Amino acid sequence: MEAQLLIKIVLIVAFVAFAVFLMLPTRSVRHVALRRIVLVIVLALAVLAVVFPNVLTTVAHLVGIGRGTDLLLYGLIVVFLGNALVMQRRSTYIEKQVTVLARRIALLEAPQAAGDVADGIASADIAPSETAPDADDRPGGAE
Amino acid sequence: MPLYNEASVIGSVVAAARETFPNVVCVDDGSSDGSAEAARRAGARVVRHPINLGQGAALQTGIDYALGDPNCHYLVTFDADGQHRVEDALAMVKRLDTESYDVVLGSRFLDGRTEMSALRRIVLRAAVRFERYSTGVALTDAHNGLRAFTRSAAERIRITQNRMAHASEIVGEIGKKGLRYTEQPVQVLYTDYSKSKGQSLWNSINILSELFLK
Repeated sequence: MEAQLLIKIVLIVAFVAFAVFLMLPTRSVRHVALRRIVLVIVLALAVLAVVFPNVLTTVAHLVGIGRGTDLLLYGLIVVFLGNALVMQRRSTYIEKQVTVLARRIALLEAPQAAGDVADGIASADIAPSETAPDADDRPGGAE
Repeated sequence: MPLYNEASVIGSVVAAARETFPNVVCVDDGSSDGSAEAARRAGARVVRHPINLGQGAALQTGIDYALGDPNCHYLVTFDADGQHRVEDALAMVKRLDTESYDVVLGSRFLDGRTEMSALRRIVLRAAVRFERYSTGVALTDAHNGLRAFTRSAAERIRITQNRMAHASEIVGEIGKKGLRYTEQPVQVLYTDYSKSKGQSLWNSINILSELFLK
């Protein structure tokens, strides 16, 4: 009982750290660096576990788990969740970039703001000759 | 006016709005049903997102577009499904003109005109309390799409929440930028059409998670 407390603490601390990480604002450079460091550590531990399988069991006993495989499973869960969070953050970032890009396109293709108060499709686009007319046609035609 | 798949009503909404406001901008958020064409025929200037991004993104695009016109002094956000009244919008702009506010926000709770279900009322009340607590801006209605901004207020507000959480974000921006705000009683018409398309209350959970998860 006493011994299992240790692994419980370790796991809970890891998950709480993830939750905090989720709410922090992104500081890209440091995050990328951290991610790479964690990746290297995980890889190194994986190699160690393959070469010295008994160490795994010893460490498991240390934190109060019966078998090395169980420790491996816990580790896998932690790494998996961490990875999922990193990916979700990454996709949020990409979505922001896509938004900027799409907005730029939308504004470029929009009818010119000055002067011609919208009286429909045709007249608005005659003045700025090169870009506007076909820019205005394209999305309509694609539908 | 953020616009997404409202082809059946957008024409009449734009036409009604244009009787009072000559410059109507519709941001078509990648509709697949000819909404953009209908809006254009009704006389709106249509800006089209090449892909669907969400209502918040559409609002920001519309604001950017409107600010490109140096003659734009006031700016109103208005729902495309016909649940807002043009008279309310006009009254809000008049207040910006005569009183010293930067933002006038529509509220369904300042008078008894708007009818809604008890559950919706409870959820919206909770949202208001949450916003008051997290942004320091004391409002009576958290998610009303009818808002009027002065040009300088619109320039200072930046919407980064693409989907539904933008309403809370706008309130947060008002607090952060220290804009002078007030509320205006408005009536929201929950027609069968707007009900069928309207926000599910499940969205409140999505909004909360979008606000907190970076």
